[in-house]
Amino acid sequence: MKIIDKQIIGKDKNARIVQIKVYSPLIAGQFRAGQFVIIMVSRESERIPLTIADSDIKTGAVTIIFQELGYSTKLLGSLRKGRSLYALSGPLGNPADISNYGKVLVVGGGVGIAEVYPVVKALAENGCRITAVLGARTKSLLILKDQIRGYCEKTFITTDDGTIGKRGFITDVLKETLKKNSDFNLVYCVGPVVMMRKVAEMTKVYSIKTKVSLNAIMLDGTGMCGSCRVKLGNKTKLCCVDGPDFNAHCVDFDQLLLRQDRFLEKEKLIKKIFKQ
Amino acid sequence: MSENKIKKISLVQRKTTFKEVSLGFSKSQALVEAKRCLQCKNSPCVRACPVNIDIKEFIRRIVNKEYSGALNKIREKNNLGAVCGRVCPQEELCQRGCVLNKTKNPIKIGYLERFAADYGGRNEGRRTKDEERRMKDDKENIFCRSSFVRASETSSRPSCFGLKYKQKVAVVGSGPAGLVCAGELVKKGFSVEIFEALHKPGGVLVYGIPQFRLPKNIIDNEVSYIKSLGVKVHANFFVGKTKTITQLRGDGFSAFFIGVGAGAPLFLNIEGENLNGVYSANEFLTRINLMKAYLFPKYHTPVNVGKRVGVIGAGNVAFDCARSALRLGAKEVFIIYRRTRKEVPAREEVVENAKEEGIEFKFLTAPVQIISDGKGNVVGAVCIKNKLGFVDSSGRKSPVPIEGSEFRINLDTIVFAIGTSANPLFIQTVKGLVLTKRGYIEVDDNFQTSIPEIFAGGDIVSGSATVISAIQQGKVAAVSIEKYLKKES
Repeated sequence: MKIIDKQIIGKDKNARIVQIKVYSPLIAGQFRAGQFVIIMVSRESERIPLTIADSDIKTGAVTIIFQELGYSTKLLGSLRKGRSLYALSGPLGNPADISNYGKVLVVGGGVGIAEVYPVVKALAENGCRITAVLGARTKSLLILKDQIRGYCEKTFITTDDGTIGKRGFITDVLKETLKKNSDFNLVYCVGPVVMMRKVAEMTKVYSIKTKVSLNAIMLDGTGMCGSCRVKLGNKTKLCCVDGPDFNAHCVDFDQLLLRQDRFLEKEKLIKKIFKQ
Repeated sequence: MSENKIKKISLVQRKTTFKEVSLGFSKSQALVEAKRCLQCKNSPCVRACPVNIDIKEFIRRIVNKEYSGALNKIREKNNLGAVCGRVCPQEELCQRGCVLNKTKNPIKIGYLERFAADYGGRNEGRRTKDEERRMKDDKENIFCRSSFVRASETSSRPSCFGLKYKQKVAVVGSGPAGLVCAGELVKKGFSVEIFEALHKPGGVLVYGIPQFRLPKNIIDNEVSYIKSLGVKVHANFFVGKTKTITQLRGDGFSAFFIGVGAGAPLFLNIEGENLNGVYSANEFLTRINLMKAYLFPKYHTPVNVGKRVGVIGAGNVAFDCARSALRLGAKEVFIIYRRTRKEVPAREEVVENAKEEGIEFKFLTAPVQIISDGKGNVVGAVCIKNKLGFVDSSGRKSPVPIEGSEFRINLDTIVFAIGTSANPLFIQTVKGLVLTKRGYIEVDDNFQTSIPEIFAGGDIVSGSATVISAIQQGKVAAVSIEKYLKKES
């Protein structure tokens, strides 16, 4: 559970995207694209889920890429190389469906690009022909584009402020892309919930099978508590047992958005108390 | 008689802290109670105990002030004495068998067990020569010199238990069933390793039962004890995900005990259950007990408890949720139960404590809809009144909703404590494991599953039940595993 490498791979005045490599040979050997780990930074920490971006069986390391958003991710991002995590368990969640879908459209927004990356690799290795649409607020937050490009037939880059690639929201670029060519058998999308909701609305019009990876608040991560429950159609499912990937056209994104904020007050309080 | 009433901490402390409520017997109280025991020849109490602890003898040792010896006697049959002394429903088991029930005053065996476990462990160094001699004669002298030394994960076996067998056994889950099964197997001479998915071992003992009923340092001691016997414990290891059973077989494990528990939350499938402020009992209690949300922000895991809390259900778990909510600042806490006081399944002691602490009851009431404030938060529940109808399969009168009796309760937090179902996550990773109709693992009388080298016990077999029941199953499974491995070698 030692951090054997740490790099800041994305940064602007408000945010940092951190990449750490953690020594965990069991998880490295077992991981499949789409799965996540549950991490505790210290004994007092929360248990938080973070997607595994990559693994290296030779070094026994798993790569985790995360954005410093709340108290726990900031605490994780403050750890230096050589420090050990208090707890690391996984790989959890169902592996992504990486069958040969032929032509696949992959959409990654913000730090969601890190979550899309392992799936892109796996899909490409299974023969899929991938078009990627990657978007971020600004150039310095647009991560992994060269790594992902290598696996794709076409890659579109967009930034809100136009500092790299096309200027505009990722969903606008997606609209254009689909207008020109909607001949995809699968859309795989990870990003902010609002973005995934919009993408789902768009692909529904074209009736393209769409999967999203949901980041509901978790506690144990093993199906015991129901904290990560999401509404799928008229059923309730658990992200940790039934997901994290789900059929985007059945997900109740509005409910997910509301549930994501349920500890906002406590989050504000702890940030204030520890003056982050 | 009054001197043998259990002392509790003050009501103020009970409403605002998570300190253990019951102070247990003092030495003098324990002596008085132990002397009342008639030392019956045929010991109905022993027969009534699911693991047949030699109750008569441990009580006799308390009379003789041989506290370590008393604990040793309990440990011959039950490695988790300090836990059971606190959470076992003795009033339905050993105490019910006591002949003194005739005088409406059975021996308080539970409190004596707790006393023996608490004092026996603490006072190890003060044993008399007689006590030492008697302990040496015990069937298994379980008090190794290194008994309470904190054994590290990689410590070698202490000298008291040799490796009788070459085979290794993997125990999946470190709740009461797994801990006890592991303890029994290591005493029989096997190499044993426990695999626990969470970061702390103990299972429901550590995530489910609150500090004020079962202090966590007791679990630490019990786990340390089991480690000191030579059991290796791997935390943060989810068998089925981190490594599969097949891979563990490849690592040399010849048999498996599955004690993963029944933990999958149950909801009622009514409107509004996913609103903010609605929890399953498992989530509510895990945040508070395992993640110590009651010490927020020192511990970073949050839990939101409003001013008016409704807990649906009336088992021990529901009362744990209600009493925890009270301690976390709720002004009014309601137990909302679909039957009456008579059918309440929780222990008498738990219900009495809850009443003293100010928990209110709404009987013959069931929620039918949870009301939102329009912004995703719960503000209340629409409930319906019930009447009791015919006796159902559980042996209790079934609740029948009264048409038109709907009414609203204002609540800002709701906890569903209506039971659990089988967690599918581990089960779905083992091909060929036959399940019961309700999704639990099917076993025969020896707790062997459809796969010969895999045994199972505890809640994943029986559905959510008591700690002592899980312990009993873990013990029987250990005997079966030894039989099986003897045949295989």
